[in-house]
Amino acid sequence: MEPTLASSLAEAGAAATALIGAMARAATPLALAATGELVTEKAGVLNLGVEGMMLMGAVSAFAVTVATGSPVLGLGAAIGAGMLMGLVFAGLTLSLRTNQVATGLALTLFGVGLSAFVGRDFVGTPLTALPGLSIPGLSDLPVLGPLLFGHDPLVYLSVALIALVSWFLGRTRGGLIVRAVGENHDAAHSLGHDVLLVRYGAVLFGGALCGLAGAYLSLVYTPMWVENMTAGRGWIALALVVFATWKPWRVLLGAWLFGGVTILQLHAQGLGVQIPSQFLSMLPYLATILVLVLISRDAMRVRLSAPACLGKAFHPEH
Amino acid sequence: MKMFLHLEARGEPSRLWIWAAPLMAVFLTLAVGSALFAALGKDPLQALNGFFIMPVSTLYGATELLVKAAPLALIAVGLAVGFRGGVWNIGAEGQLTLGAITGGGLALALGAVDSPLVLPAVLLAGVLGGMAWAAIPALLRTRFHANEILTSLMLTYVAQLLLGWLVHGPWRDPHGFNFPETAPFSPHAILPVLLEGTRLHLGIPLAGVVILAVWALLARGFIGFQIKVMGLAPRAGAYAGFRQNRLVWFSLLLSGGLAGLAGFSEAAGPIGQLQPALSPGYGFTAIIVAFLGRLHPVGIVLAALFMALTYLGGETVQLFMGLPLAVTGVFQGLILFFLLACDVLILYRVRVGRRPAPGVS
Repeated sequence: MEPTLASSLAEAGAAATALIGAMARAATPLALAATGELVTEKAGVLNLGVEGMMLMGAVSAFAVTVATGSPVLGLGAAIGAGMLMGLVFAGLTLSLRTNQVATGLALTLFGVGLSAFVGRDFVGTPLTALPGLSIPGLSDLPVLGPLLFGHDPLVYLSVALIALVSWFLGRTRGGLIVRAVGENHDAAHSLGHDVLLVRYGAVLFGGALCGLAGAYLSLVYTPMWVENMTAGRGWIALALVVFATWKPWRVLLGAWLFGGVTILQLHAQGLGVQIPSQFLSMLPYLATILVLVLISRDAMRVRLSAPACLGKAFHPEH
Repeated sequence: MKMFLHLEARGEPSRLWIWAAPLMAVFLTLAVGSALFAALGKDPLQALNGFFIMPVSTLYGATELLVKAAPLALIAVGLAVGFRGGVWNIGAEGQLTLGAITGGGLALALGAVDSPLVLPAVLLAGVLGGMAWAAIPALLRTRFHANEILTSLMLTYVAQLLLGWLVHGPWRDPHGFNFPETAPFSPHAILPVLLEGTRLHLGIPLAGVVILAVWALLARGFIGFQIKVMGLAPRAGAYAGFRQNRLVWFSLLLSGGLAGLAGFSEAAGPIGQLQPALSPGYGFTAIIVAFLGRLHPVGIVLAALFMALTYLGGETVQLFMGLPLAVTGVFQGLILFFLLACDVLILYRVRVGRRPAPGVS
């Protein structure tokens, strides 16, 4: 009796660990990108170019990691690429005051094209995935070890970043200024804050995290480069910000929920559920629509939680 | 010292720059494109020639330009209606796919039915399919205030997966050697080729007629005026009694229907059956076409021709110069950036030097 119970317990533990691990991997790129976009939007800028920035991050990380053998350099390249894309967006929308929706769409279309161009020689190149964390002692604990301490470093980084952003926006003077700029840029300007500087910073931060999110996809989630490999995750991240009503911790909750939906899709097939794979692949997109509808039907709530100046151009001379 | 270059508002929009900006954007794209070709170790002039001249220097090439420009212009005209009124349908690629599915489904169901009504029926089914797909974001926006940008885009992925399932599963041609494609449509459900030896099909003049009709509707019809007002001054529109929700429905159904028509025309024109890769991203490129064409039908037709050329050019330089096909995507993205930047000149003058002290100007 005893050994079978123990072995079935261990089996269940291993299955749960695998499940949580897969969920974390699916959730982390969404959490990173949505956190970046949340900060950008808190400063009053709507950047629809998340998908484009993620793709550039993904291809840069992959190319640099293959070329140098160092995933750390790859991650750095992804952050740089995301920030460069953010800079293009900021220059156009903030300095040249172009329409944010149109410019964001342009950023995504450009990112799709440029990443395909940059990555053309890397399609089919193999890469070993980033190893999981291994903390001596903790990671070796039965069940709890791999469950809590066995993920790759970026999973922890995404949680830490959300904690940091939550603290920064809610508890610091700098965060207050960011929120002031997003809520009422004219008032913030009158108080002597440099609206454009704050917004440049917020867009660049968003770009960095979106680049990192892309790197996660091409280095960890599926260690390879494929054209358009983000498959709409940038847009799901945008929806997550609305779902989270612009609150950082809810971004994490939303990202893990979506991670769960993705896992459902992977495991339903393993469990022999007779549903065509295409229908299972639709789940994250349908879930995004459902979540948007549920949150948006209360129009007042969304209006009250969205930054009041979101998407509006700032004219300093007025 | 902070603002070395600064923007000075013009009293009114510059009419010159409204139309000069797209030309300048094209010129700047060519300049950056030359640099890109040089960086890839190709003679820029030869590459530009290969990209923009060679593809259309034959009759076949010129007709191919029309084959690719027609769906772009058709979709972009529909999108422009919404963009004018602040309705952002960016899921045209999905509506295109659904139009191909419904039109193609009817074509397959009718099989060998021999009637002159088959072609109009399948075309109508394509339009209705695109409309139905666009009706979902319209409903979600008007009933639940859900952002149509995100919902229409999510539905694009759903539509493509649906098409993938159909051609891999229930609609797969039993005699198709296991390729993921349907049986060829019957000749009655095909848009006939108009010029022997080319792929110039009936869908192209049809697209022209439809674009003219939409133009007439916008320029002469009351609905066109309402859309313009709602885009420029939503509050004024609301006071005048224009209902936002009706405009959301109108512009989404129109753009969805046109995208559906474009989608089925692709399936029933150059392709002749359903397969997973129906469109090289026409629904997304049409967004660029709409802006480049100034949201105006005449401009859109010209812009569609130019963007069609970037598709052909990419194929040509790949074939003859070994340049990557992905150059097309880079060009298409660049041109929209340059356009947005040049558009600044419509509303502002660029002044060099210090910004005048407040109260001076």
